[in-house]
Amino acid sequence: MATGRPVVELDAVTKSFGAAKAVDRVSLAIREGEFFSLLGPSGCGKTTTLRLIAGFETPDAGGGEVRIGGVRVNEKRPYDRGVGMVFQSYALFPHLDVRRNVAFGLQQRGTARADMAHRVDRALELVRLDPGTYADRMPAALSGGQRQRVALARALVLEPKILLLDEPLGALDLKLRKEMQLELKALNRSLGITFIYVTHDQEEALTMSDRIAVMDLARVAQLGTPADVYENPRTGFVASFIGESNFLEGRAAGPGDGWVDVAGAGFGFQVRPEQPVAAGQVIRIAVRPEWMDLFPVGAVPPGENALPGAVDEVIYLGETIHVIVALDAGIKVTVALRNEGQLIKPLPWTRGARVAAAWLPEDAQILEDDR
Amino acid sequence: MTRRRRLLAWFARRPGATAAAMLGPGLAWLLLFFLVPIGLMLVYSTMRRGTYGGFVPGFTLEHYRRFFDPLYLDILRRTVVWSLACTVACLVVGYPVAYVIARAGRWRQLLLFLVVLPFWTSFLVRTFAMIFLLRDSGLVNGILLALGLIDQPLALLYTPLAVTLGLVYGFLPLMILPIYASLEKLDHSLLEAAEVLGARPRARFFQVIFPLSLPGVAAGCLLTFIPALGSFLTSDLLGGAKQVMIGNLIQNQFTVARNWPFGSAAAFVVMGLVLVAVLGYLRRRDVGELVR
Repeated sequence: MATGRPVVELDAVTKSFGAAKAVDRVSLAIREGEFFSLLGPSGCGKTTTLRLIAGFETPDAGGGEVRIGGVRVNEKRPYDRGVGMVFQSYALFPHLDVRRNVAFGLQQRGTARADMAHRVDRALELVRLDPGTYADRMPAALSGGQRQRVALARALVLEPKILLLDEPLGALDLKLRKEMQLELKALNRSLGITFIYVTHDQEEALTMSDRIAVMDLARVAQLGTPADVYENPRTGFVASFIGESNFLEGRAAGPGDGWVDVAGAGFGFQVRPEQPVAAGQVIRIAVRPEWMDLFPVGAVPPGENALPGAVDEVIYLGETIHVIVALDAGIKVTVALRNEGQLIKPLPWTRGARVAAAWLPEDAQILEDDR
Repeated sequence: MTRRRRLLAWFARRPGATAAAMLGPGLAWLLLFFLVPIGLMLVYSTMRRGTYGGFVPGFTLEHYRRFFDPLYLDILRRTVVWSLACTVACLVVGYPVAYVIARAGRWRQLLLFLVVLPFWTSFLVRTFAMIFLLRDSGLVNGILLALGLIDQPLALLYTPLAVTLGLVYGFLPLMILPIYASLEKLDHSLLEAAEVLGARPRARFFQVIFPLSLPGVAAGCLLTFIPALGSFLTSDLLGGAKQVMIGNLIQNQFTVARNWPFGSAAAFVVMGLVLVAVLGYLRRRDVGELVR
């Protein structure tokens, strides 16, 4: 598990391609042994960040510093950085069988032949591929999942301190992907290797990571544990990229640091800001669908914000039921209700029914940006 | 429904007929102008030569026997050696060119255009141009004389070197293009994977790039070797009367010597050689397909 000592550090790193900044003053301190994810939509700079750590890209002149184990590595080639890497496309050598693929790195290091065979077998067993069955196969004769395991074994056989993974599960089907997620997490724990994982799949990042850096527009939008970034999204981007959110906006009615009334266009609600707010300040909040509840109009428990409206759509998802409410104020919100078995039959809310969408003032996240 | 639409619908229901309609013209062409003449040549090669040229009925293998006379074997050996030399030279010169083009980014199109540019002019004209370079009063000797490096013109024309140079010049694009094609589709992440696994540039080339370009190398060698083996124009113009290749021998039998049966037999021996080369290539291709 993470010991807290930073093993990979990015210090205000900037990387440009032509006029466009792919990575813009990104600073990270990745701890030894942790499972760290770089999460974001395509083009957000997450892969470039990984490639800066791997050494395939170099920061701009004066574009900050990449340190591994406390040592500046800006000028070092990938093979001098002590990192392993797993590529999205697997990047297995198509002309070499599984054994030679896994042995490739050992061969470059001049490992003795007898030792090599032993270590290749052990690496294959680590990724749960039987050496007897698979060692002599060509990559073309393997399934996607098996290829990914070989790619993993090829990196792990060199016993790197840091393993970089660039969307390694992107090409696998959902079931296999979930299985591999748990296996990767288990390998991270048992081997004590620092995993740095690039993905655009928020669920994947939440499942595996100790910490997540959510990236947007070449910057880190938020960094924290999965619970942190989900429960307290700091920006509208994070709130909508990770999970779903309802966004509400208004102006603070008066100064205050306890309860503050916010007046929107045709509705009002209360928030509980941690920082004092000024009168007239624009307040924008994100409310997760599962933080909201539905009540008959007039039956809302005291202390909760409640906005009246009519049920627009009921979406049955199995373990949850999403109710889309068209508020009288002209906007729509999604309320997620847990499926609590017998009670749900018949569905308590039907299209057109008058309801109030309600939430506790402390269950809303005040956003720092206005996107 | 118009007739045209009915016709299209008829083909749409019959994939076999569609394929036949598309293959038909090409197959007919090959049948008429390749298989039929080759069949005729095979027959001629086993017939007796007429007293005044041509051929007379009667089966004989004497023309094949005659071909294995040391005089002709020597020409064949020379032809194979020159063709191999041409192939090796094309590979050595062409591979780096293909490698650079495959990595040339936005210059790629221009460089490829330059490689195929010679095809826009006649092979005959290009070979004549070589004469102006290589003859005693040619450009090469002129420059060497002017620089004072030699005081007598070098005998370049009508030598094996001139023939090999001419062959290399003629067939180099046929080597470059297939190698370029195989290098161009090489997945760049393979090189990054090799690098992060510790492979230095040399190891990356010999352990990843070169093995994966072998299908292109094999195709390029074949495309160079086969026409080199059958060429007669280059040796005729640049080799003079002394540097005869098998192609000149065959050509002479059909024109000057008027010995069609012997010319046909010699042609079949060369075709046999080419067939061996192609079969070797196909075996290589099987390996190539495993790689993909």
